[in-house]
Amino acid sequence: MPDWDPSQPILEIDHLSISFFTRLREIPAVMDFSCTVMAGEAMGLVGESGCGKSTVALAVMRELGKTGRITGGSIRFKGRDLTRMSDEELRHIRGSEIAMIYQEPMASLNPAMKIGAQLAEVPMIHSGMPKDEAWKLARQIVADVRLPDPDRIIHSYPHQLSGGQQQRIVIAMALMAKPALLILDEPTTALDVTVEAGIVDLVKELGEKYGTSMLFISHNLGLVLDVCDRICVMYSGEAVETGSVTEVFDKMRHPYTQALFRSIPLPGADKNARPLISIPGNFPLPHERPPGCNFGPRCDYFQKGRCDAADVPMFPVPGDDRHETRCLRWQEIDWDAPPAKRDVKERAPIGRVVLKMQDLKKYYAVSTGAFGGGARKVVKANETLSFEAHEGETLAIVGESGCGKSTFAKVLMGLETATSGSIMLFDENVQSTPIQKRNTDTVSSVQMVFQNPFDTLNPSMTVGRQIIRALEIFKYGKSDAERHQRMLELLDLVKLPRAFADRMPRQLSGGQKQRVGIARAFAGGAKVVVADEPVSALDVSVQAAVTDLLMDIQRENRTTLLFISHDLSIVRYLSDRVMVMYLGHVMEMGTTDQVFSPPYHPYTEALLSAVPIADTHVTRKRIVLEGDIPSAMNPPPGCPFQTRCRWKSQVPGGLCEREVPPVQTLAEGHQIKCHLSREVLATMEPVIRIAAE
Amino acid sequence: MLIFILRRLGLMLLTAFVLTFIVFYLTNLPPNLEKLARSEGSVRMTDESVAAWIEQNGHGGSVLLRYGQWLGVVPGWTRVDDKGVPRGRCFAAGTDPTAAPRYCGILQGNWGHSTFFRGPVLPNLAEKLSATGWLMLWVMIVMIPSSLIIGVVAGMREGSRTDRVLSTFSIATTATPEYVSGVILVALLASPVTGLSPLLADWGLIEGKVLFQGAASPDRITFWSFTLPVMTIALYGIGYIARMTRASMTEVMTAQYIRTARLKGASFRQVVLKHALRNALIAPFTVIMLQFPWLLNGVVIVETLFNYKGFGWTLVQAAGNNDINLLLGCSVVAVFVVLVTQLISDIGYVFLNPRIRLS
Repeated sequence: MPDWDPSQPILEIDHLSISFFTRLREIPAVMDFSCTVMAGEAMGLVGESGCGKSTVALAVMRELGKTGRITGGSIRFKGRDLTRMSDEELRHIRGSEIAMIYQEPMASLNPAMKIGAQLAEVPMIHSGMPKDEAWKLARQIVADVRLPDPDRIIHSYPHQLSGGQQQRIVIAMALMAKPALLILDEPTTALDVTVEAGIVDLVKELGEKYGTSMLFISHNLGLVLDVCDRICVMYSGEAVETGSVTEVFDKMRHPYTQALFRSIPLPGADKNARPLISIPGNFPLPHERPPGCNFGPRCDYFQKGRCDAADVPMFPVPGDDRHETRCLRWQEIDWDAPPAKRDVKERAPIGRVVLKMQDLKKYYAVSTGAFGGGARKVVKANETLSFEAHEGETLAIVGESGCGKSTFAKVLMGLETATSGSIMLFDENVQSTPIQKRNTDTVSSVQMVFQNPFDTLNPSMTVGRQIIRALEIFKYGKSDAERHQRMLELLDLVKLPRAFADRMPRQLSGGQKQRVGIARAFAGGAKVVVADEPVSALDVSVQAAVTDLLMDIQRENRTTLLFISHDLSIVRYLSDRVMVMYLGHVMEMGTTDQVFSPPYHPYTEALLSAVPIADTHVTRKRIVLEGDIPSAMNPPPGCPFQTRCRWKSQVPGGLCEREVPPVQTLAEGHQIKCHLSREVLATMEPVIRIAAE
Repeated sequence: MLIFILRRLGLMLLTAFVLTFIVFYLTNLPPNLEKLARSEGSVRMTDESVAAWIEQNGHGGSVLLRYGQWLGVVPGWTRVDDKGVPRGRCFAAGTDPTAAPRYCGILQGNWGHSTFFRGPVLPNLAEKLSATGWLMLWVMIVMIPSSLIIGVVAGMREGSRTDRVLSTFSIATTATPEYVSGVILVALLASPVTGLSPLLADWGLIEGKVLFQGAASPDRITFWSFTLPVMTIALYGIGYIARMTRASMTEVMTAQYIRTARLKGASFRQVVLKHALRNALIAPFTVIMLQFPWLLNGVVIVETLFNYKGFGWTLVQAAGNNDINLLLGCSVVAVFVVLVTQLISDIGYVFLNPRIRLS
């Protein structure tokens, strides 16, 4: 681009509207969207699923598919209008001037092409670089994104790399042509938190090194705070608030932004004293948007006749740096007022022991090799797991993928039987009883809420029928009428209207489906409920409502809740005790306060530091773990965490590499599996500090 | 890898035993044997002499025992007939029974005597099989490249006009069985009284009476004689494989890595050739391998229609003439062709797909 002034915006989106055209109707996906990205600036695009943030990104790439079309406005990149470019001109910009990083690295890499060939292609297309030179450049960039052994990597296929490594390759591919603008579409959503932290650091560092501007799309406010300078909050196809990150976070001027912040668990939130406030209602469907302000029907400050009168334009907030809000009443609202309806709840007392696990082990024998032959290996999915869970207690099980938390759930449910050890459920040993042989009572008293509400409901059965089916299996009630009555009560319990009994699952939103899943789990009066990442597939504003519901039911029924999650923010918010797992081992266990404050296990410390927190008052110590989680097939000798531990040098004599650490009891109920001496542990500093307000 | 192949081979042998036993049982049902006796002996035989003939020629006794003899794991039968001449499975009547081997089944290479060819089964069958091999080779040479090209071109822009035209063509050809397309082709191109040939002959564009020949022989493979049989078989397969390739191609074209390639700035040509093609060909490979056994059936009709003396024609003759040994021989060949191509298809799939090969 010869005639472009670097002081001008690199990307200027002006009143952009995008629609998708189906046979039935035109569906507007993005309306009147404007934003500006200056050179070297990182712009965060935040919103819930379906708000149109990815559509904006793809529109910049002019990649809207056959049905999508830009119906108005302009996208100017370095002063040239992308919406009017020919395919040939676009092709020269794609990959060389604007590059994109995608959500699912595995799906974005060609499975049948070597990494090096996929990388080298970029300069070969754009600058006609000869093949061997391009491969050399590819090797260098692979080293730049800090991947170990670049020579091996460029000659391997995508499936031979881990998820984190694949994402680094996608980043390397984007950087091959030194683009001026980088679009990142949820780049870390599919990755584990400790891996995410590494990727985020890399992106930030490369952005500074090459002076690349970024458009960073995410639903995670904490991540945006970490990476971006400016933010644009989207709701239902519109930008509702835009400004610099600190201004939007600390001086929000739109009710949706405020509601969003109140619904995410920040440090200081507490399920009893300061519960989260969920946003009432549901996200409007694109063809059912209300007149006037889209957020109106869910807004606390809604005024009839004014907010729903006409489309609301963006108002600049004077005094701030390009801070704008799409709210008519932003000057009338008292933004510092505490939320009105925050009902404080009683803390539920904790009762007797319901579930007791002793030295539980679960090993799998797997065979390697393409044809079922090859060496047989033992995967130690769970290694000497011991704990107790009490009535009315929430025990969180935290860990990254492959740590054995799902195996543990399967063993408890009876879907798998343990290799050794015992599981005592109400003084009954269920360890080696598979679910087919368990009696109805045991089955109905241990139930599960699944991660993905979209796949766990039968699509061809009505909601009511599915709950009644569960009641039939649990042998509840004597007649159909009785079961029907109970089904309606269960719908009340999960706060769904009774009319939903006749609906099909496809007519429900994600949060509503998860409520049905919860109703089903509690149908037989479950005493122990295993919730396997129950809210991670849901949007932020819905998450709060579903967690609150779980807490309410727990308080009423005195259920023991085993909450499996990788999200430490939500764990801190709702659990009484926490168990941290890594590669099948319990690394640390204690009450929530004990685990979330020093002394930590080195892994817990890294985990805490990796979780982004959407609060400008919080400072975190950055501890970025090197490398990936080792494979459970081939765990390191000695302490499972020793390959990534930054405290290893504090243990004399290489003990970490030789022996599995013993379990130390630090305080009443606080255990930790580490070789570090008490003196060293006592020197640990807290990872998270909240600045005084 | 070795264990996998061995396991597959074991499974293959088991399947072969089961299938050949079924064919053996069905061809050796009493009415068949009676018919055989009457055609070999005399049509006017009494029921008693038919029973005696069956007994004399080793067709009596339990079916399992006879299957074992045919296979070569049970000693062949020997008997002395009422004229005092020793007869047996393993030697010709009148020769010395002690000089003959005890076992003589297909395992020993003795596939029996064909009443249709009036000679041993094996050399005749081998000759006919090689004739069919030539036909199949040409079918493959025509069918595979054209079907893959049609499929890829149709699938790279789903819903375009090219796609619609090619898809219509493929659906039409797969929907037409060989006995219909063969007759149409003959009537259109190989008849001196209808179709194009009389017109062309009138205008003096062709020397003979017909454009293509309506009959083919393995001894003279020419363009003019082979085109029609090859096209008849290939047309059906082209449509089928093209549909599979198209489905695979359209799926690949919507994959995220294709979007990645497009957003890298690769041109449409590069996207199709470098990124989509290899991934799109993995699925049709299995389908192509599945076509081999199917071709074996397809040739039955085509060889009869074009009077091409190959495997399919032999099968029809064997069935029509109640030639038990020949029919059994044909079924053994068919079973092995099917099983071997399946083995090749499984192994080839692994090599084509790096995800399976290296994981």
